[in-house]
Amino acid sequence: MMKVLIPTPLRPYTGQQASVEVAAGTVGQTLRELTNQFPDLRKQLFSDDGKLRRFVNVYVNDEDIRYLDHENTPVKDSDTVSIVPSVAGGEDAVAVKDSVAPPLSNDEILRYSRHLIMPEVGMAGQQKLKAARVLCIGAGGLGSPLALYLAAAGVGTLGLVDFDVVDLTNLQRQIIHTVDDVGRPKLDSATEKIAAINPLIDVQKFEMKLTSQNALEIFRQFDVIADGTDNFPTRYLVNDACVLTGKPNVYASIFRFEGQASVFATEQGPCYRCLYPEPPPPGLVPSCAEGGVLGILPGLLGVIQATEVIKLILGSGDPLIGRLLLVDALGMRFRELRLRKNPECPVCGTSPTVRELIDYNQFCGIRGEERPATTNVPEIQPEELKLKLDRGEDIFVLDVREPHEYQICNLGGYLIPLGDLPARMDELDSSRQIVAHCRSGVRSAKAVTLLRQAGFGKVKNLAGGVLAWSDKVDPTMPKY
Amino acid sequence: MRSLTIFSSPPNIVKEHLGAGKSERLLCYDSDMTLRIGKQEWDDLRLQGEKAYPYEGCGVLVGQIDGDVKNVQAIVRCDNQRSDSLHNRYGIDPRDVVRVQREARKRAQDIIGFYHSHPDHPARWSQTDLAEAHWTTCSYVITSVMGGIATQTNSFNLVGEEESKRFEDEEIRVE
Repeated sequence: MMKVLIPTPLRPYTGQQASVEVAAGTVGQTLRELTNQFPDLRKQLFSDDGKLRRFVNVYVNDEDIRYLDHENTPVKDSDTVSIVPSVAGGEDAVAVKDSVAPPLSNDEILRYSRHLIMPEVGMAGQQKLKAARVLCIGAGGLGSPLALYLAAAGVGTLGLVDFDVVDLTNLQRQIIHTVDDVGRPKLDSATEKIAAINPLIDVQKFEMKLTSQNALEIFRQFDVIADGTDNFPTRYLVNDACVLTGKPNVYASIFRFEGQASVFATEQGPCYRCLYPEPPPPGLVPSCAEGGVLGILPGLLGVIQATEVIKLILGSGDPLIGRLLLVDALGMRFRELRLRKNPECPVCGTSPTVRELIDYNQFCGIRGEERPATTNVPEIQPEELKLKLDRGEDIFVLDVREPHEYQICNLGGYLIPLGDLPARMDELDSSRQIVAHCRSGVRSAKAVTLLRQAGFGKVKNLAGGVLAWSDKVDPTMPKY
Repeated sequence: MRSLTIFSSPPNIVKEHLGAGKSERLLCYDSDMTLRIGKQEWDDLRLQGEKAYPYEGCGVLVGQIDGDVKNVQAIVRCDNQRSDSLHNRYGIDPRDVVRVQREARKRAQDIIGFYHSHPDHPARWSQTDLAEAHWTTCSYVITSVMGGIATQTNSFNLVGEEESKRFEDEEIRVE
């Protein structure tokens, strides 16, 4: 027989017994057995739909079953199951979301009818969606499906933060923008598409860079924040601002064929910093512009984000709180990691050291992020290189890109990918003039630094890489 | 410690006004229960509110219920696990509650209530306090900490069932 500890408030339903013995193999069976013995207890523990009530925590020994296998968690006779109602509260200083549910017009009832006939949404849920205010950070790859689906679903207020302009290379994945939008501000383009799908949505445009100065003020106007950013400084900024304003951070990120999603900064769950206390060293995680991304992937992950946003608003289902979903599109596998709140977390831990927003460029860039030492290496302009090559000077052109990039376009250079360079320096002749290049000049600057440190005296970096070569020397060379 | 005016003005309570400028005297509490607490525990509980300022401090009251008297035998300080909004929210980690409950049982005691502080706010329960309170028959003790100094401390007895729960003002007896 296994012991179940009954807290003070539930004793009236167990004949004042502080502990009850039951025979069961799982937590679910334990609770069923318990409520069979004490039927009055059922209503105290479970809501009408048969789920454990939100404020009822169940622990097996010292572990929350949410971090085990929920009601399927196995139990043995030596275990102690504790029922622990939550203990929380506070002043009413935080703005409570519209307590008056906005009514739906007949048009809206028709538009959302496929939602309204589902018990999980229904009239009350659709009204919650209408009252909800969701902020999307970025109107790019993740932001495209996110904003479109949230608008279609009837989220009443959508905030969009972006200051970028639509570029042709965006169209491979940012499906909210079209060919006609190239060169236009992303926010203008996105707002039009949203209005075309659902004119009832109030779109609030924040055409600016999200900074430590404006983030808190913007976040306070919304209920849920969806992070669709593509860089670490903004990701940490979004996370910290979410923790400080008490707004859930629905997160996703993508790289090549892989993606991650989670819900951070909720009351019970961990934040992004619990998972990644510090940004990775620069260069370890290339951006999409450097490393590429499968165009469909932000669609996949953005839709997962949108789903989580809707669930949080409706208050139904099992949100990705405390779970990191890992998506591998190439293997088409979905895996899940359990995350815990880190008590030592500098932002959401028990004694936080970060109590206001900091300088996130410094936080991430102190190790040189996005600030390569291009200025410190000798450079050669594309025009000058062209001139010298045409004159027949002995110049060894070293291409430090990847082989698949070489296939897109090349200057006929000798290919050694930057990562292989340290091991393959013996293939180079230090007596010759060497010009290193890559796509934009960043990687080749690193190569030049490496080679100079290794004693190569006559190495220069091609300023601006093949992109600049295409602009200034050979417009027929494709840019990518 | 400053001298404590324990019962001078709990809110939501029937009061007799003694005239302008004078303090209010309580005529009655609407709960039949009394919270009895030792001077040491009482001072500690209020001091914790001051130490936590400007954030909310919180903890658990452990003791025994004897008829209509709840005897506090120990107070257990807990970390405020709320990370989002420490100045106006508190939350006690359920793991701490499990632990306190286990220790209490060893001494034939029980969790009989919780306490938290309201930095720069009155010692009055809020709608959030009520919404998030689920330990019926237990006491919820609130200390107002104004500018870092503990002023008023009140106790509220949670009664009813989840759907009909309410706080009743409860007498505190410091001994």
